[in-house]
Amino acid sequence: MKKNESYEEFIKGVWRDNPVFAQVLGMCPMLAVTNSAINAVAMGMATLFVLVGSSFLVSSFRNWIPKQVRISCFIIIIATFVTIADYTLLALVPKVHKELGAFIPLIVANCLILGRQEAFASRYPTRLAVMDAIGMAVGFLVALLSLGIVREILGDGALFGVKLFSENFEPWVIMILPPGGFLTLGVILLFFNWFKFKKDEFLEDVAEAERSGS
Amino acid sequence: MKKSDPDLLLFHAPLLRQGMTTPKVMRDVLIALAPATAASMWFFGLSAILILGACIGGAVAAEWLFADRQARSDSLRDASGILTGLLLGLTLPPGLPLWMAFLGGFVGIALGKVIWGGLGHNLFNPALLGRAFLLATFPIAMTTWVPAVTEGGFLQIYPGNLALPFMQAQIDAMSSATPLGMLKFESEVTPLTDLMLGNVSGSLGETSGLLLLLGGVYLWLRRDLDWRIPVSILLTVVVFSAVLGLFDAARFPTPLFSVFSGGLLLGAIYMATDPVTSPVTPKGTWIFGIGTGVLVMLIRVFGGLPEGVMYAILLMNAATPLIDRYTQPRVFGRGGDTK
Amino acid sequence: MTTDTIKQAAPPSSLRLVLTLAIAGLISGIAIIGIYESTLPTITANKARELREAVFKVLPGVSQMQALVYRDGELITVEKPDKDEPVIYGGYDEAHEFVGYAMPAAGPGFQDTIAILYGYKPGEKQVVGMEVLESRETPGLGDKIYKDAVWVGGFSALSVEPEIVAVKKGTKSKPNEIDAITGATISSKAVVRIINEAHTAWTGKLPPAGSEPPLRETETASTEAGQ
Repeated sequence: MKKNESYEEFIKGVWRDNPVFAQVLGMCPMLAVTNSAINAVAMGMATLFVLVGSSFLVSSFRNWIPKQVRISCFIIIIATFVTIADYTLLALVPKVHKELGAFIPLIVANCLILGRQEAFASRYPTRLAVMDAIGMAVGFLVALLSLGIVREILGDGALFGVKLFSENFEPWVIMILPPGGFLTLGVILLFFNWFKFKKDEFLEDVAEAERSGS
Repeated sequence: MKKSDPDLLLFHAPLLRQGMTTPKVMRDVLIALAPATAASMWFFGLSAILILGACIGGAVAAEWLFADRQARSDSLRDASGILTGLLLGLTLPPGLPLWMAFLGGFVGIALGKVIWGGLGHNLFNPALLGRAFLLATFPIAMTTWVPAVTEGGFLQIYPGNLALPFMQAQIDAMSSATPLGMLKFESEVTPLTDLMLGNVSGSLGETSGLLLLLGGVYLWLRRDLDWRIPVSILLTVVVFSAVLGLFDAARFPTPLFSVFSGGLLLGAIYMATDPVTSPVTPKGTWIFGIGTGVLVMLIRVFGGLPEGVMYAILLMNAATPLIDRYTQPRVFGRGGDTK
Repeated sequence: MTTDTIKQAAPPSSLRLVLTLAIAGLISGIAIIGIYESTLPTITANKARELREAVFKVLPGVSQMQALVYRDGELITVEKPDKDEPVIYGGYDEAHEFVGYAMPAAGPGFQDTIAILYGYKPGEKQVVGMEVLESRETPGLGDKIYKDAVWVGGFSALSVEPEIVAVKKGTKSKPNEIDAITGATISSKAVVRIINEAHTAWTGKLPPAGSEPPLRETETASTEAGQ
């Protein structure tokens, strides 16, 4: 059952415990840099790199780190990866780096990352910790991307910079401004919760039918 | 998680029976708005009817789509959705594409009312929320003003109205500035008689000051309106501009210009007085009105925008729960200090 | 499931805590220095290239550039300008003849500081090009100051005498007037004001037309300017 266990850790982050839609974590980059799909992907990949790297290290050294200084150690590890991501992006894709601005250094303050170290990586073996980190980061990326896609299509009439409509498209300016992030996130959360509510209701109905049937 | 019949029925204020029911108030407001609505049709022709229709359509569609199945017929019958659509429509420029007007009505009801739990629970005025959304979303279309109909008569439709959904309006060369815009950006003063009668460019319902006042008097006679709110707003604006006029009469608007230009009368009489989003205590209504008036003038005179009625009312809407809390009258028979 | 929680019966000694942190900090420091050193050349080259491209864009016909600073009453060529020292760039053509200055300027826009670079030909007293380097103007409105080709193109031969004036679209009638962007009057006026202010600040410091500092005959002059 080893394989299933890793898969379980992976998939829970992508869907059931999605860091954004279910746990509502990491709101700062979520709202700030999702005004275009490409920014969302860049932020998602940077977060993935930091989260997986930190989880791997924290989990590998979990028995050497005294618990009195664990938070400081986590932060040192996370900050190192964030700095690496920052310089790498600046060297490789300066345009994207300029767009994301201060939000790359701010990955260090993303509670999703520290949260996973404290709640998972420091307690579980490396393999599971890495799977959990990948799952959470992919879930975060999916969330960023779904916001980024909606906001770029409505706000700019484009997707990944490619114009989708004719010249006459009227852009929804609010969608590239901060309020657009709140509105889109709110609507997506609404649907996520509505779906969950309907699913629970359905399961309850099924259970009730079984009870009355037996 | 299924809904069952509640054993305990919960209501929100007002709890006293006064023969003043929601549908009756709503109907009165619609009647009071009739002259101004008719005037908008007179000035802007068929376009006015189309815009107002699109707004009302959007509002009612949102109401129908999101409301609870049981509550659906009620919320449609009390006409509050229609009123929201009409009020929103009256604040829009006549050349706006119809799909934007529809969207504004839809968002106004969805984000301004339904999401809070329906009529009576909303913090912000739904019509103004819809307008704020439109202004932030389509800033150019929302500030492109066309002059009133001159040739072509009643049947003329502004070409911008008919833009396809999600497409831009063809911006025609006919656009002209509102009186407030002309004052702010070009230091040109519009004659007062034009302002009162409505012979200026602006949104559908804000052009004719006198007809709006007429509707306000009707509402006051029917006791549907808390007179303190419009009176305190208008008085504040008059005093504020009179004081500014003492410093530099040439630069700042005169008191009468301030009152009759822009959406001040429409906002003060029909939107700030929304009983759901304004304070209930008499002292609170004065604070609310004065605050709105001061904000309007601050935005108009010192802000980057020519008009500030919408933001002023929305900001005071947000302050309403706080105002209500601090102006609760002392319970009779209780001392001041004991809690 | 296995839960290897951190097992610590007795609290570890302070020395151990300090050592753990010190080692973590040391490794982290080494990693950061490593990444900094290995990416620095690329980052510097990117920045220099960006600047060169911007200078060449605002000064048509230029193929060489060098940094110029104003020291002790005259405009001189420098290898490396001091930090925080205002720098302008001299542009030279294939024959190493002086063409014009590229002047960086910045000032408040509608939202935040707008930083621009504009090309200026002192002989004709004209602005010949404008490029926005940094701006946070409203998308869809203010961002037209760098997206609207007509507006940017309006800076191709704009007289600075007596000063540049932004006028309502379609009403440009004098060589020192430029059509403002419809719906973004504040941002357009901000760009014009930034150029006017920078021009006033520099106008006394520039040498008379014709006696600009010559291009320093080193191959490195153009690349060093990026520093």
